[in-house]
Amino acid sequence: MWKLIVRRTLITIPQIIILSILVFILAQAMPGDALTGLIDPNIDPATIEAMRERLGLNNPWYVQYFDWIKGVIQGDFGQSFRFKMPVSELIGDRMINTLWLSLATLILTYLIAIPLGIISGRFNDTWLDRMITGYTYIGFAAPLFIFALVMLFIFGFQLGWFPTSGSVAPGTEPGTFAYFISKLNHLLLPALSMALITTVSTVQYLRSEIIDTKQKDFIVTARAKGSSESRVYNRHVLRNSLLPIAAFFGYEITGLIGGTIFIENIFGYPGMGELFLSSISLRDYSVMTALVLLFGLAAIIGALLSDIILSLVDPRIRIK
Amino acid sequence: MNDVLLNIKNLKTSFRIKDDYYAAVDDVSLTVRKNEVLAIVGESGSGKSAFAFSIMGLHTRAKIEGEIDYKGINLAKANANQMKKLRGNEMGMIFQDALSALNPLMVVGAQIDEAILLHNPKSSKSLRKKQVINLLNQVGIPRPEKTYDQYPHELSGGMRQRIVIAMAISNQPELLIADEPTTALDVTIQSQILDLIKELKETIHAGIILITHDLGVVAEMADRVAVMYAGQIVEIADVYTLMENPQHPYTRSLLNSIPTLNEVKEELHVIQGVVPSLQNLPRTGCRFAARIPWIEESAHEASPELHEISPGHYVRCTCYKDFYFPEQAEEERNYVAN
Ligand SMILES: Nc1ncnc2c1ncn2[C@@H]1O[C@H](COP(=O)(O)OP(=O)(O)OP(=O)(O)O)[C@@H](O)[C@H]1O
Ligand code: SF4
Ligand SMILES: [Mg+2]
Repeated sequence: MWKLIVRRTLITIPQIIILSILVFILAQAMPGDALTGLIDPNIDPATIEAMRERLGLNNPWYVQYFDWIKGVIQGDFGQSFRFKMPVSELIGDRMINTLWLSLATLILTYLIAIPLGIISGRFNDTWLDRMITGYTYIGFAAPLFIFALVMLFIFGFQLGWFPTSGSVAPGTEPGTFAYFISKLNHLLLPALSMALITTVSTVQYLRSEIIDTKQKDFIVTARAKGSSESRVYNRHVLRNSLLPIAAFFGYEITGLIGGTIFIENIFGYPGMGELFLSSISLRDYSVMTALVLLFGLAAIIGALLSDIILSLVDPRIRIK
Repeated sequence: MNDVLLNIKNLKTSFRIKDDYYAAVDDVSLTVRKNEVLAIVGESGSGKSAFAFSIMGLHTRAKIEGEIDYKGINLAKANANQMKKLRGNEMGMIFQDALSALNPLMVVGAQIDEAILLHNPKSSKSLRKKQVINLLNQVGIPRPEKTYDQYPHELSGGMRQRIVIAMAISNQPELLIADEPTTALDVTIQSQILDLIKELKETIHAGIILITHDLGVVAEMADRVAVMYAGQIVEIADVYTLMENPQHPYTRSLLNSIPTLNEVKEELHVIQGVVPSLQNLPRTGCRFAARIPWIEESAHEASPELHEISPGHYVRCTCYKDFYFPEQAEEERNYVAN
């Protein structure tokens, strides 16, 4: 099993290298370079040329690539051209915000998906199941940003239950309880809006997994042993259907990346997704490339996590 | 006879297809005694599994009519709680496909352990472990301690079937139902598993219902045989009578279709066609008539019933007397002509 995990982890190395090369090419293809954000464009071209030489910007591409990589590994993504500050500093806080938002969304996703999936799978073809599958169809059909706008309008503006933008109320002291509550309060509506939509695929997956497991021969064996119906469900059906759901977890992360971009913008939540769209519209290229790299990394790690979890929970994979 | 373990009367098991019920087991009556092996033979689709599942109460959506008397309890009417206590305890079942019958995510030891625990909730973990190891020994697993912690996919087909058997006998059942226990296995493994079941027959003294479509297995294992066609018993007798003196056209066709080494004409005897599906089954008149078209319409009984033609030998309908194989008739004609 450990062999498998090590091997699977090693595969991420070439993935990360390819990602970094792609991002580097992307960065090169964009107008401007590391210098653009640093200096006043009105200085004399000869001075600029001298600085370019000093910063290594006239070196062949592979030398530049390694220089860039060295910087990235040390957390140096260059300078934001609009905010006039290091990209890493700019991203730092927002990354934390996005992590919280993602975590809250994940928790809500599972809190919704597990009971609904179980009810719908166990009592399939009853009216309860039909209501739940009805909800999942709506979830599949409704575009996330429109749904989020509706949520924001109703709960944020009309009912005023939640703040309509930001990640924390201005003036609250970090570290206090009030600060924590305020953070949570700002998180809740965007996280719930996203979870309500993204959870539907997990609900459907769990439902069909349960329906499928119910018809397996080993369920008949469990009954033939003298298990009560509740034991058949808890011991055999649920266990065997929940494990594949655990493996879904990593892919949820990938899905979250796309989700946060929409959600953070609609809710004015200062996270990476919001920064990403604004950096595109402001043509803040160094910020953009740094974010693309981070999103890519998250996706690679998500897939890695999925495979590791799956190999931990499913003995049939463990052996290979 | 008070050694009767199971007394089934007019059992009818129907499945709902669209808006109607169709009987997969239709008016089956038979008995199983202690210490005997009753074989149920029939082609695929003749309702053998549906019959076994009815006894064990494993059908989730079927209408069960008639009486299944097990030691004074009518299993057809028993409630979930009563059945739960009997299943896996007094009645054990061995399944055809051991790989799918075992939970892929549980080590096999834990699966046998569960079977014991369910009926001995107060037993200690260590005692049960010992019992499981003993059972694994009993079913001929070479390294029980190691096997205990293995997953089904790590074992060979024969070993898996032994696990399923160990599970079925873990609480010394009085009634053991084996639903085609060897069909999924290689020939050499088949005979090992059959030997094991034979051995168990001597040690656990259970009544055994052995479901198979292999008449070789029947000849080797059974005390009595019930032949099933399209949900009905067409002939029932002790194994010698049935093998030596089969009466019903279906039984004779089955026996004829066993390939023998020096038989060149064997192909000629294999009965054409298959068991009709539930919805297409003729519900009036004889169900087998369609597969022996050379027999005249008038020879068939309108509503064939089981008749006892000699003590313990039952045959459905009386017109078996007029039955012949087509090539037999031809031979006779040739004989007369020459
Ligand atoms: N749950 C069910 N719902 C509807 N029809 C069923 C169901 N189970 C079995 N049948 C039908 O009942 C008939 C008898 O099936 P059964 O599985 O008992 O046959 P069998 O004799 O065990 O065959 P095999 O040798 O292939 O195991 C078949 O026509 C089958 O399609
Ligand atoms: S009526 Fe009798 S002879 Fe004719 S097919 Fe049926 S059982 Fe056989
Ligand atoms: Mg069957």
